[in-house]
Amino acid sequence: MAGKVLLIEDEPHIVEAISFLLERAGWQVFTHSNGQDAAEVAGRIAPDVIILDNMLPNKSGIDVLREIRADATTSGKPVLMLTAKGQARDKAAAEEAGVSMFMTKPFSNQAIIDTVKMLAQ
Amino acid sequence: MQSFNLLVSICLLYVAALFVIAYVAERGVQEGRLNFLRSPVIYTLSLSVYCTAWTFYGAVGSAARSGLEFVAIYLGPTLVFVGWWWFLRKLVRIGRTQRITSIADLLSSRYGKSNTLAVVVTLLAVIGTTPYIALQLQSLTLSFFVFTGGSGEGTSTPFASVTAFWVAAGLAVFTIVFGTRSLDANERHHGVVTAIAVEAVVKLIALLSVGIFVVWGVASGPADIFERMDQDLLQSSQIFNGRWVTLMFLSAAAIICLPRMFQVVVVENSNERHLATASWAFPLYLFLMSLFVLPIAIAGQSELPADANPDLFVMTVPLAKGQGTLATLAFLGGFSSATSMVIVAAIALSTMMSNHIVLPIWLQLNKKRSPASDDVRTLLLRTRRISIGVVLALGYFYFQITGGSDALASIGLIAFLGVAQVLPALLGGVFWHSATRPAAIMGICTGFFFWAYTLFLPSFDGAFILSQSVIENGPFGISALRPQSLWGNSFEDPLVHAVFWSISFNTLVFVVASLLTNPNSMERQQSAQFINVYGRISPSSTIARNAEAEELLILAQRILGRQEAMNLFNQTAVSQGKVSGLPDPTQPFVEELERKFAGSVGAATSHAMLAQITGGESVSVEDMIAVADETAQIMEYSERLKTQSEELKKTAQQLRAANSQLLKLGEQKDTFLSQVSHELRTPMTSIRSFSGILRDSDSLPPEKLKHFSSVIHTESIRLTRLLDDILDLSFMENGKVQLNIAPVNLSEVINRAATATETQLQERSSELLRNPASEQIKVATDSDRLAQVVINLVANANKYCDAEPPQISVSCRRNGGTVEIDVADNGSGVDESEVELIFQKFSKLSGGFFVGSAGLGLPISREIMRNLGGTLTYEPGGAGALFRVTLPLEHTEPASA
Repeated sequence: MAGKVLLIEDEPHIVEAISFLLERAGWQVFTHSNGQDAAEVAGRIAPDVIILDNMLPNKSGIDVLREIRADATTSGKPVLMLTAKGQARDKAAAEEAGVSMFMTKPFSNQAIIDTVKMLAQ
Repeated sequence: MQSFNLLVSICLLYVAALFVIAYVAERGVQEGRLNFLRSPVIYTLSLSVYCTAWTFYGAVGSAARSGLEFVAIYLGPTLVFVGWWWFLRKLVRIGRTQRITSIADLLSSRYGKSNTLAVVVTLLAVIGTTPYIALQLQSLTLSFFVFTGGSGEGTSTPFASVTAFWVAAGLAVFTIVFGTRSLDANERHHGVVTAIAVEAVVKLIALLSVGIFVVWGVASGPADIFERMDQDLLQSSQIFNGRWVTLMFLSAAAIICLPRMFQVVVVENSNERHLATASWAFPLYLFLMSLFVLPIAIAGQSELPADANPDLFVMTVPLAKGQGTLATLAFLGGFSSATSMVIVAAIALSTMMSNHIVLPIWLQLNKKRSPASDDVRTLLLRTRRISIGVVLALGYFYFQITGGSDALASIGLIAFLGVAQVLPALLGGVFWHSATRPAAIMGICTGFFFWAYTLFLPSFDGAFILSQSVIENGPFGISALRPQSLWGNSFEDPLVHAVFWSISFNTLVFVVASLLTNPNSMERQQSAQFINVYGRISPSSTIARNAEAEELLILAQRILGRQEAMNLFNQTAVSQGKVSGLPDPTQPFVEELERKFAGSVGAATSHAMLAQITGGESVSVEDMIAVADETAQIMEYSERLKTQSEELKKTAQQLRAANSQLLKLGEQKDTFLSQVSHELRTPMTSIRSFSGILRDSDSLPPEKLKHFSSVIHTESIRLTRLLDDILDLSFMENGKVQLNIAPVNLSEVINRAATATETQLQERSSELLRNPASEQIKVATDSDRLAQVVINLVANANKYCDAEPPQISVSCRRNGGTVEIDVADNGSGVDESEVELIFQKFSKLSGGFFVGSAGLGLPISREIMRNLGGTLTYEPGGAGALFRVTLPLEHTEPASA
């Protein structure tokens, strides 16, 4: 049933919260906290769903997304991007880069569980 | 018999009335009222100055002595007005276009503006007119004398002399008052002309009344009168003989050449069309004046004693019949005739004398000074007045010297011939291109010499220059040179003899000299202006008009712009009925152009430009001065415009700069809000998630429960601190922060910072190194804010130092009037490219070791230092990161942001 989720996020408390929620729902959660080698990690782990923060240290979420799409092993993976509101320009760039879904912070716990489940199918 | 006093009173009353009429007319015309005074009737009546006292009284005398001879004196002018009025019209046109002021001016102007010629003509006019004025004075005194009971013979008595003197003085005053009121460019005197017209009416009524009285009062009708006529009086041999033709010629010449006639015919003419009326009305006037001459002469001869002076029949016949009132009227008629002649002659002569003799001499004497126009005006008016006095004085003295002699009686015709000497030069000037100035001067002088030699000097009967023996036997006994029969030719009549020789020699010399000399350029130009004064339309002048229109178009395009000029010219051409081509430069069109140009280049410039193209007028000094004034005004105006436009440009630049500043600020605000939003959402996300977990989960292990609750707690604090920082920064950026300035020891500040960061430092096992001796510096500042900065710097060092264990050193030193606090660590420092970045809001460097930083610490610290009058800088080049706080020992107000 539930598969692997890679969570790329730099805020420790948010990582903790999402990990707790998804693990309780039966997912295997991998975390990574900076953009530098995120795409590489994604290729190694081969998750069913990638959750990607838009603002990461060293490298923006968009750039990480482009790398994920460029890599054959991860190019088809669904990517859920976490954004803050009011970043329309980023959103358009992300859509162009091939994002699967957006979720605006702060989100409801149920929504993120449902979205990951939906994206995994 | 009338008493002398009554007669004087009547004269004074009459003159007073003339004064009033002249004054009212002058004012009325100036103010634009009484426009009927410019009518052809007034003009025609003013021409009656031709009929002087000599004609008024003398015509009857002449008729009594020589029958119809007097008619010739009236026929000459009549022929000119009826047959030669087109010549008069040409003179009038020339007079107006050339602004001619006298006959001397006309001749001088025609012959290349020669002043020599003007002086010659002026002298001739003075010599010819002075005896004539004397004649008027004689007539007046004679009539006074007769009227008050004298015999009419003793005019050389002291009584006559005194009368003549006062008459002359009175006339001088009248002439000065109304002849020199102003210096009009046209030299028109409406007041004088009107007074003269009134006098014309008075003398006509007087003569007609006497005539009617004679025919129907003395005799019983025309038939009765002519029955009384002496059979010898009218003989056909008297008419159409040599003398008759000569008289007609002289009187015809006089109507043009006499200074006073030229004055009224040409100078005082205000409208050419008046000549059309005058061409029949003036002959009619002369006809009426001559109508009763013969009846009065016949009545005088038949009713009065044989020794009665026929020259006074006009008065003596009514007096003999006891008609005192009628005689008074006749007296007033004679008075009018004499005064009008003297007044106009004095005006004409004074104009000539002041313009052509006094003014040139004055200008010559004042060559070095440039005369102001006011000086010249005053001078001219003064010389006119003095000249009038001189002219009348000359007349008076002439009368005194020759008083009572028969010479004076014949002086009228002698004077006619004298001024007639200008006739060849005048006719030649108006009709003959080849006439030249030397020829004119020589002709006039020749004629003048022959006139003086053959007629004028002999008239003194040996009393003046020519002795009786010379007159009878010729100079040195050479009979061929006898003044009154040159070359042995024996004309019966010395007048005919003089007219023949003087006019013949004059004309001959004039024609021959003209053919032998060449006109100079000025003469050529002037002769063309005179002879072609009507600008007759010939093929060549059509070309000239087209060229003129082209030049106007070029000028208009420059001033009005291409399109507008073309539109204007096309419209005008259409309105002139032209299918194609340029419009004719008609007067209304040129005036319209002048108005339009004036809007662009000013009135004076516009006038000067157009005058140059449309010809005739050259640009005068006054025009040039007006142009210069205008130009100066325009320059000043454009200078103001330039300054204004520069100011506008500067303001626009400032506005643009301010606008782009605002745009940048707007962008910065958007970015800031978006960053704030993001920074707020991060702790809120954690709080929402964990609180949701706590709410939804019934069976959480207690340690999880505690952990999640503490995360919520931490994030809430972070959120609060973030909001505080944002507000703090905003306040400080706007300079609204409240500072509590007080003296404080730096060690106190650093102690507080150490205490506040103690927990953080312990978490990383960091070491805080201090130099307590260096911290003993007292400064005046806000110690809380300064401590906040130091805490921030220490916390940052603790957070970002990449050495294990971190060592953070705080040291102070005094540097001149400032104090420096260095906060350094033993890490690898800040990359040079990131130094500016770290002072920006919400910039977080990678590799932070603690959560909860929003990236506002350094921007806030820098703002605090700015508010404290100091700085916060990053000092590169050290081993680790080194931040330096600099602040003054005494607090000073910060520079505004």
